[in-house]
Amino acid sequence: MAALEHAPMELTPKEALVQTVIQIADDHLILGHRLSEWCGHAPMLEEDLSMPNIALDLIGQARALYTYAATVENKGRSEDDIAYLRTDREYTNCLLVERPNVDFAHTMLRQFYFAVSMQLFWQRAMKSSDETISGIAGKAVKEVAYHVRHCGEWIIRLGDGTEESASRMADAVESLHPYTDELFTTDIARQYCIDAQIIPDSIAIKKQWTDLIAPVFKEAGLTLPDVPYPQLGGRSGQHTEDFGFLLAELQYVQRAYPGAQW
Amino acid sequence: MCSARIPAPNGRSVLMDKPNVEVATQVAANVSDPELPYLTLADLGILRSVELQDDIIVAYVSPTYSGCPALEVIEQSVLVALKQAGFNARVERTLSPPWTTDWITDEGRRKLNANGIAPPQQGQTDKNTLFAKTVVVCPACSSDNTAKVSEFGSTPCKAQYQCKQCREPFEYFKCH
Repeated sequence: MAALEHAPMELTPKEALVQTVIQIADDHLILGHRLSEWCGHAPMLEEDLSMPNIALDLIGQARALYTYAATVENKGRSEDDIAYLRTDREYTNCLLVERPNVDFAHTMLRQFYFAVSMQLFWQRAMKSSDETISGIAGKAVKEVAYHVRHCGEWIIRLGDGTEESASRMADAVESLHPYTDELFTTDIARQYCIDAQIIPDSIAIKKQWTDLIAPVFKEAGLTLPDVPYPQLGGRSGQHTEDFGFLLAELQYVQRAYPGAQW
Repeated sequence: MCSARIPAPNGRSVLMDKPNVEVATQVAANVSDPELPYLTLADLGILRSVELQDDIIVAYVSPTYSGCPALEVIEQSVLVALKQAGFNARVERTLSPPWTTDWITDEGRRKLNANGIAPPQQGQTDKNTLFAKTVVVCPACSSDNTAKVSEFGSTPCKAQYQCKQCREPFEYFKCH
C-alpha cells in the first residue's frame, strides 16, 4: 500500500534528493530523541549507558544527513534549522520511530525493527552513486551492527524469559508490528533517488528484513502477526498525537532562545 | 622562493615564505585526542591529509563514530595548533572512505594497552552475530579470561570489561 502523497507531481532532482535525505535524517533524529528519554530512567545501569549511546549514534548519523541536505539545498538553512525549526507537518519520519517508549520490551523491539532495516539499507547504500551517502553509509553500517546485536539479544532474553517479560514482549509485537510497513514505503522523491541509485530499493530490503527477523522471533518464542491494516502517515507529515509532545520537548530550547549558540 | 602575505594575530599581515605543507602536517598529526591525551591524531589515523590550496593550509579530518562528541573539539584543536604555528588554515571533515579502527597504528595500540584500554582486534566480524564472544586480553595481566560487563562504556567507542584473573576492570576499544 503506497503512502498518501501530498508532494507535488514534479520534483527537480535536487529537491528529490533533499527531501529523501531529510526523511532518513528525521527517522534518526526522532528515534534518537525517544531513546534519550531513557537517560537516567533505564532499568539498569548498563542500559542507561546503552540506550543513550545508541541514541548518540543515531543523532550523529542524523547530523551528517541534515548537514548534507542543507548543503545541497543551498538556501541558507543550517543542520539545526532543519532539525529543530520545522512544524509537525514538515517532519517526514515514519510513525514507528515516534511511538512512545512504553516499557523496555517496546523500546528494544522498536529499535530492533528499525536497526535491521537500516543495516540492510546502509549495506547497500555503501555502493551509492552519491559519494556523501556512500561515506555516511560506510560509517553507519558498522554502528548499526552493534544496535542489531544488542537489541536482538534482548528480544530473545525477554521473549524466552519469564512469564512477565514474555507477555510484555508479545504486547510489544502486537502494538508495534503494524507500524513496520512504513519502513519500506516509497514516494516520488524516494523513487527518484532509487532510480538514480542514490539509495537502495525498499522492496528488496523488505523481503530480507522479514527473513532476518524471523529466526530471532522464533528463538524468542514470538509470532510474527498478520497485519490487515498497516499504520501509515508519517511520510506525508501526518503524525500521531504523541508527536506533538515530542516536538515540544525537542524544539523548546531553540524556540525559546532563537539563534542561541553553544 | 615565492612569498605569501599571511594575516598575523595583531590584525596586520606578515610577508612569509609559502606555507610548508610538511611542517603543517607534523603540527596537525601531533595534536592530542581530547579524551585519550596520550594518543595523537596520527596514532588514531583520523588525520587524512594536509594540503595547500591557494596559500591556505587545509587539514582533512575523519570522524570516528557518527555521533562522536569530541569531533568538533578535535577540529578546533587542529585549527588552533596550525594557527599558533603561524599558518593560515582551515579544517575540513571528510566522510569518505570512512575511518576504521584498522587505521589505528601499532604505536597507537601499544599506547592504548599501556594505559589500561584493550586495543581493537583487527578484522573482527563478531558484531554481526548475536551472543558472539569476543576474546579480549586484559591490559593489566594479559589473561584472556575476561568478561564483558557492558556493551557500551564511558564513550560510544568503548565497552566495559572485567578481568576474571586479576579482577581489574578495563575498557575495550571496540572494533569499528
